[in-house]
Amino acid sequence: MTESASTVIRTQGLTKRFGGLVAVDKIDLEVVQGDIYGFLGANGSGKTTTVRMLLGLVLPTAGSVEVLGAPIPKAAGRVLPHVGTLIEGPAAYGHLSGAANLRLLDASGPNPGRRDRNRRVEAALEQVGLAAVGSRPVKAYSLGMRQRLGLAAALLRQPKLLLLDEPTNGLDPQGIHEVRDLLLDLNARGTTIFLSSHLLAEIEQFCTRIGVLDRGRLVVQDDLATLKAPTGRSVVQVDRPDDAASLLDDQVEARTGDRLVVRTDDPAKLNRRLVESGIGVIGLSPERLTLEDVVLARTSGTADRVERAS
Amino acid sequence: MIAVELKKLFRRPRTWATLLLLDLLPTVVAVLLATTHLGPRPGQGPAFLSAVLANGELFSVAALAIVLPLFLPIAVAVIAGDSIAGEAAGGTLRYLLSRPVSRARLLVAKLTAAVVFVLTAVVVVAGTGFAVGSAILGTEPLSSTTSIVSVSGSTLTVQQVLVRTVLAVLYVGLSMLGVAAVALMLSTFTDSALGASLGALAFLVGSSLLLTLDAARSIKAYLPTRYWLSFIDLFRDPILWRDVERGVALQLVYVAVFFGIAWANFTTKDITS
Repeated sequence: MTESASTVIRTQGLTKRFGGLVAVDKIDLEVVQGDIYGFLGANGSGKTTTVRMLLGLVLPTAGSVEVLGAPIPKAAGRVLPHVGTLIEGPAAYGHLSGAANLRLLDASGPNPGRRDRNRRVEAALEQVGLAAVGSRPVKAYSLGMRQRLGLAAALLRQPKLLLLDEPTNGLDPQGIHEVRDLLLDLNARGTTIFLSSHLLAEIEQFCTRIGVLDRGRLVVQDDLATLKAPTGRSVVQVDRPDDAASLLDDQVEARTGDRLVVRTDDPAKLNRRLVESGIGVIGLSPERLTLEDVVLARTSGTADRVERAS
Repeated sequence: MIAVELKKLFRRPRTWATLLLLDLLPTVVAVLLATTHLGPRPGQGPAFLSAVLANGELFSVAALAIVLPLFLPIAVAVIAGDSIAGEAAGGTLRYLLSRPVSRARLLVAKLTAAVVFVLTAVVVVAGTGFAVGSAILGTEPLSSTTSIVSVSGSTLTVQQVLVRTVLAVLYVGLSMLGVAAVALMLSTFTDSALGASLGALAFLVGSSLLLTLDAARSIKAYLPTRYWLSFIDLFRDPILWRDVERGVALQLVYVAVFFGIAWANFTTKDITS
């Protein structure tokens, strides 16, 4: 496979069953190097199980996982040192300081040795804005500080791939902004980012490629730009809606008050036509779907709502 | 990984609190003995207690006999039961395994840390026993000419006592391996450290209970607590090796079986904590 060099995550027919429950159902993920991949799904749709399978924590019932071109969990020992992760919230030993926690983590498993350990730890803390936190034990940290510490742990060995689950959880708006800038900066320097979240707005602002999981199935996987491409309709607001409606007649798809939804390939031509007929155009914009529209149209509702089959 | 686990173990305030509490009971016993001079009649109460009134140095062995049946197993079950389940409950297990730390290696490191804890605890208890005993019990000075009476009634030289005390410390440490392996095994099955520790203790209580039951005679030789107090045989003259050897072999079998189960379970388990 020639393309596998740039494919960072590839799953084929990935399935996980817990007893009779199918948590993840034959999904084929494809994440390419340099992507900021947004992995969307309602609570309980199988996001976390999928992420855990990517890390070899949960073993698939069927299908295959490849991360950085090597099979997981078989090659986990070789691959995972290049992956940084934050799964379902940060975790640390509460009685130790943040730096002590990072030093312990750095010493666990394959590591580049103790010589540069303190420097690595300080650099990671610096990156997430915890440089001056000192020797305070983690149990005295705020939720946001713990989240930052979790990010620092993920960044500790300059990973090629970051697998992040709700990385802005618990942060204030300023903190969210900082983390986003940090991730964009890392991405610009070549880190591929896989971000799982149920926050549409966060994904929409940030990601270049989207996968949507619905009850264990991958229902959408595409570039955000493609998903949000113009729909071939424009919304116009005019001063004489009745005249406009009769002028455009068969092109009008919907009308509310003085707003018309008009099917057209060329919004400029539509504008000219209205103006030439003496109709004043107050506003005109090509209609674009929001990510929310896409997700709502293709998913079946929230999975943590359990209803009786009728 | 072993070094990391040891660091974690000895940086925990709980480890030190446990060691302190383990020392407390023998110390209290020593103080009571020293102030009342009321030793248990020979053949009753914990081993060696009647002897220590004359020879305070022997109290290190008596201290081991005091903590061995209950306190030491509790401490070991708590530490080993927490090993995997504690990491799982705290959420750190998923980060360790995605470093990645190989699951088998993590188990070996956890068992090793538990063993080191047991040995530390035993050495500390024996050391405290020696220090407390020689400070407040038995004034008879020890030298190569005055010697200590063995359990069999003959006398032992200081050197012999020293060697046998070291052997006893090792034997008591080894006796705890079975508990550690059971607790570690349970720890891979649950995310509740408390559950794993109590499960291991239930196992021991069950074993001790069966030992008192005549109907269970045919299985007694295979019960984990059967040879625990056999370290007293090390102070017979000559040393009665039979039960000590069986005790060592039995503990090793328990470790092999339960560590095997722990390994089989943990390396194929979905980590969902």
